[in-house]
Amino acid sequence: MIRLFRKAPDSGRPRRLTASVLRHNPADPASAPHWQDFVVEEAEGMTLFIALNEIRATQDPSLQFDFVCRAGICGSCAMLIDGRPGLACRTLTRDLGERFTLAPLPFFELIGDLSVNTGKWLRGTAERLRTWVHAAGRPDLDALEERMAPELAEAIYELDRCIECGCCVAGCGTAQMRPDFIGAIGLNKIARFRLDPRDTRSDEDFYELIGDDDGVFGCMSLLGCHDVCPKQLPLQTQIAFLRRRMAALGF
Amino acid sequence: MSSLTEIRDETPPPLTDAAVRAAAPRRNRWPARLDVLQSLSGLFLALFLIAHMGFVSTILISHEAFYAVARFFEAAWLLGKPYPALVSGVVAVVLAVFVLHAWLALRKFPGNLRAYRAFAEHRERLHHGDTSLWWLQLWTGFALFFLTTVHLYGMLTQPALIGPFESADRVWTGNLWPLYLALLFAAEIHGGIGLYRLAVKWGDLAASRARLRRARQAFSAFFIALGLVTLAAYIDLGRAHADRAGERYTPPATTEAR
Repeated sequence: MIRLFRKAPDSGRPRRLTASVLRHNPADPASAPHWQDFVVEEAEGMTLFIALNEIRATQDPSLQFDFVCRAGICGSCAMLIDGRPGLACRTLTRDLGERFTLAPLPFFELIGDLSVNTGKWLRGTAERLRTWVHAAGRPDLDALEERMAPELAEAIYELDRCIECGCCVAGCGTAQMRPDFIGAIGLNKIARFRLDPRDTRSDEDFYELIGDDDGVFGCMSLLGCHDVCPKQLPLQTQIAFLRRRMAALGF
Repeated sequence: MSSLTEIRDETPPPLTDAAVRAAAPRRNRWPARLDVLQSLSGLFLALFLIAHMGFVSTILISHEAFYAVARFFEAAWLLGKPYPALVSGVVAVVLAVFVLHAWLALRKFPGNLRAYRAFAEHRERLHHGDTSLWWLQLWTGFALFFLTTVHLYGMLTQPALIGPFESADRVWTGNLWPLYLALLFAAEIHGGIGLYRLAVKWGDLAASRARLRRARQAFSAFFIALGLVTLAAYIDLGRAHADRAGERYTPPATTEAR
């Protein structure tokens, strides 16, 4: 066989990966943002989460990043992987090149290195959008809950799968320009409570929360949120739906 | 004294969620209207763009065909004699919608250097098709502020000078072909992206986005290609007619009748 077409023999040696990490500790006045390279040997089925733990355990214990569940459920380990928001625990190193960059999510307050304070922003957004069930009266904790059609419960659950990782906000062009924009997280929450029959709020009430350019009308439909969501939530359809409902109230 | 006692004796109504909501000033409805207006004005302009290309490209069929289309809008067939002011009227409506659309779209532009840089850096690192498309939409829109205004002003003030020789002279002898070339690319790219954006903004179309993207590319490619061939035809005619620039076109049938 011509040498050119022959498959290169597998050396059997694992790849040596170079993770270029954007490091900065805002609590340290002497710290300046800089890139630092870490080399790790790739293992079978290795995720970025495993690679980062190995780096922290064997090379630099001061490296800051967040994780809890390791299974794409807690949303703690979101970061920019080669510039794109994603979860470290759900990213296999075999899907990356030998050299890749890791940076903290933009938009959120930086705690240090790859760790950001999404909780602070999410708490503020939840309070601003009043994202809890607004029931008619005081609930009777001893009574059985009202029954709900399985299809409706599933539709609510579909939107409730949001793990609040912050990837959608980090992937949103509008949010980068306008920090007061509520982002897909906020709009998805409103869509979720709008579906909930226990919530007594009307579309007029929801308009009070999202009916301006920091709300649904600020969304420019760039769909970065939809395309980077690690849970594949139907963000485009939800935002378009809310836009139609809220726009109808203008006439 | 008695009235004060009465006031004190009145029990205030219970403060419920509904009462608080009813007492609070209602949020302004204009953001909803402006959002719809931006989309509707964009849709109108995109549809006009398609129709406009249909009209001007009739030069590819024949000089008479384009002449017939141009005269059609002067309504001689309806009113007995041509009224070029009617063309000015149509242009005025298009200009008004164009200004409205530009004003509404300006709300979405980065408002300061910080916002501009934030978006530019975001676009660069994300490598995301729809985000990059918006940047293209923004810059083509910005170019259209100027390019379209020059063209519309010409049509508004000289509505009678639309015809095979008249238009070709304007393109070549009037040196407007570079402007039309830039306008063609800016308008067709901006219009194609705008129609795509309208679909994903208002419709349940997450599943058919790939098809929509292909349709957008096909739209821009088709109209740019048709526009280039049409512009080439006007340039060709304009060059051939340069030594007689200013001469009005008269269709063969009229010439024979004379």
